[in-house]
Amino acid sequence: MMENERRVVSVILQNEASALSRITDLFSARGYNIESLTVAPIPESKYSRLTIATSGSVRVIEQIIKQLHKLIPVLRVYEHADLVEKEMAMVKFPITENLSDIETLSKAYNGKIVNVGNDMLIAMVADEPKRVSHYLEAVKRFNPKEIVRSGTVALER
Amino acid sequence: MQMSGAQMVIEALKHEGVDTVFGYPGGAIMNVYDEIYKQNDFQHILTRHEQAAVHAAEGYAKVTGKVGVAMVTSGPGFTNAVTGIADAYMDSIPLVVISGQVPMSLIGTDAFQEIDSVGISRSCTKHNYLVTDAADLPRVLKEAFYLAATGRPGPVHVDIPKDVTAQIAEFDYSRPVEMETYKPTTKGNARQIKKAIDAIAAAKRPLLYLGGGVINANAADEVRAFAKLTGIPAVETFMARGTMGADNPLVISMLGMHGSYAANMAMSETDLIIGLGARFDDRVTGKLSEFAKNADVIHVDIDPASISKLVNAEYPIVGDVKYVVEEMSALAKGKIDAERYAPWLETIEHFNKLHPLGYEEEPGVIKPQWVIERIGQLLGEKANISTDVGQHQMWTAQFYPFSRPRQFISSGGLGTMGFGFPAAMGVKRGDMERVSINVTGDGSILMNIQELMTSVEYKLPVINVILNNHFLGMVRQWQTLFYDKRYSETDLSMQPNWVGLVESFGGVGYNVETKEEFDAALKDAVEKNVVAMINVNVSRFENVLPMVPAGGSLFNMMLEYKDK
Repeated sequence: MMENERRVVSVILQNEASALSRITDLFSARGYNIESLTVAPIPESKYSRLTIATSGSVRVIEQIIKQLHKLIPVLRVYEHADLVEKEMAMVKFPITENLSDIETLSKAYNGKIVNVGNDMLIAMVADEPKRVSHYLEAVKRFNPKEIVRSGTVALER
Repeated sequence: MQMSGAQMVIEALKHEGVDTVFGYPGGAIMNVYDEIYKQNDFQHILTRHEQAAVHAAEGYAKVTGKVGVAMVTSGPGFTNAVTGIADAYMDSIPLVVISGQVPMSLIGTDAFQEIDSVGISRSCTKHNYLVTDAADLPRVLKEAFYLAATGRPGPVHVDIPKDVTAQIAEFDYSRPVEMETYKPTTKGNARQIKKAIDAIAAAKRPLLYLGGGVINANAADEVRAFAKLTGIPAVETFMARGTMGADNPLVISMLGMHGSYAANMAMSETDLIIGLGARFDDRVTGKLSEFAKNADVIHVDIDPASISKLVNAEYPIVGDVKYVVEEMSALAKGKIDAERYAPWLETIEHFNKLHPLGYEEEPGVIKPQWVIERIGQLLGEKANISTDVGQHQMWTAQFYPFSRPRQFISSGGLGTMGFGFPAAMGVKRGDMERVSINVTGDGSILMNIQELMTSVEYKLPVINVILNNHFLGMVRQWQTLFYDKRYSETDLSMQPNWVGLVESFGGVGYNVETKEEFDAALKDAVEKNVVAMINVNVSRFENVLPMVPAGGSLFNMMLEYKDK
């Protein structure tokens, strides 16, 4: 068995109905793995940009790239070699937790407290996916009530 | 010009030069059918099932090389068509399938005869469209035909809601297709082609491995010329039968699961595979880790995703086979010495003599292989041969002397029982000059038997030759070999009155027990030129041999099977 490796791939595709499902269908029909997928329109264009974090053997990764290319609405596929990768996470804590500790910890991960309500507060961080995982590990002691991760976005350096 | 969406469909078909539409009307597509009623530009052929409409369009497309067109209604009309669409997708057949959809206002309400058609067809089409505005129709239909026919061909599905077919908009079909995101590579990379020629010149035992892509690219002449120029022998995949021509001294028959011993041994012994429009299907390679172990691979394919998908290619060339092989021939002249491969051809000749393709005659019994050979002797080049799926299909691929591309029409990738008869109807429509034969089994033929009516009504005579072994033969063969003869649900002893069946639709039928009767029946059916069914009772327990058991290695073939 060949070793699995993690890859981040960006796809520029036409901004049309069902374009996204073509991508997700491709992954499910061919048994490829999706770790995360983020998508948003590219401003002032008819295209959207997708960032897919995936993993597989060298051959599988090669097929993923080729099969993505084959989809008619796909304009370009970037297989990143040297990239800056970021992910966002938001966490909801009870208001009774130590606010300044949460603030300090979030700052260390390029984040802050973004909202404080009557009985809860929300912190957000934006960092490399691995560091986001560390953050989520670290905040466990503050009894987080809800966690949401955005999935990764990436740009070539 | 202003016109309705329905009129646009007709106009677009006219502009595309379509002469035949296979289809079946229904509520959501009625506006289009109303326009079909009013026109004389193409013939609509009403099949008796939507699946058959798509298979007929496939047969038509395969024999003519043009885009086949099928039209169906929403809901069940479309779901019935899906098997045909999937079949076309697997075999890269250019089709445009137009389906009706419930009105836009009802989409998503689980309306009567509503189904998410584009959702269903997404995974079995090259591309698909849901048209939400009649103004988009000219562009979409033009793109659909363009996509179906260019690059790696395939089926394109266009779903049109009923209100869009009624909507009035501007029709302008003159605008060229502009698809920024779709630009198939046709010219192969010149440096790669040169490298490939150098590799061939250095090889001792090169082998051409021809796939269906050669036929799709209309490149058979170029491939034959290249083989002749270089003296390199060729094996054909199931989908490529007829490319080299049966009497070509350089062709070593079919390879793969039911390929010949010589073809599979050649593939196992070659030191350089020259793959042209072939995709290293599992039915061809057998066990991948044992496949052509000592060979480098040149792989020419229009679809980059086919290259190195299963077998790593040292010389990948993305491009149209016709163009690339022409380039290869130009470079090979004076550079490749055919003499160099003489010992290799001798080796292959030795393989051929060791275990030639054959079968044992038994007195008083008709062997299915004999029937195929006999059709070949009696009709040869004069017939187009379609098949259904099963043992009869493999015997046809093995024993019919195919002399040209597009002569053999069969369901390769999906293996669709019920394909043969409607496809043979489409073949007849596409090539009225030749006899259209459907070689079928007693299992397969019943899967689209209703098409007897279409065939009679539209005078598209097909001669159905049933190799009747009262079994679901291929499954029975596997049960014999791998399931200890537990014939679970494969016994088809219960049979209809075949002659009565075909006669009730207005065709002719024959029950055949002897070779003489077969000759007479075939001759009579050809002369009468009507829809026919020749029911040939063949030996019941005949197996398709040789055989590479699934997952086995090509060089480890089961050459014979003696029943204890």
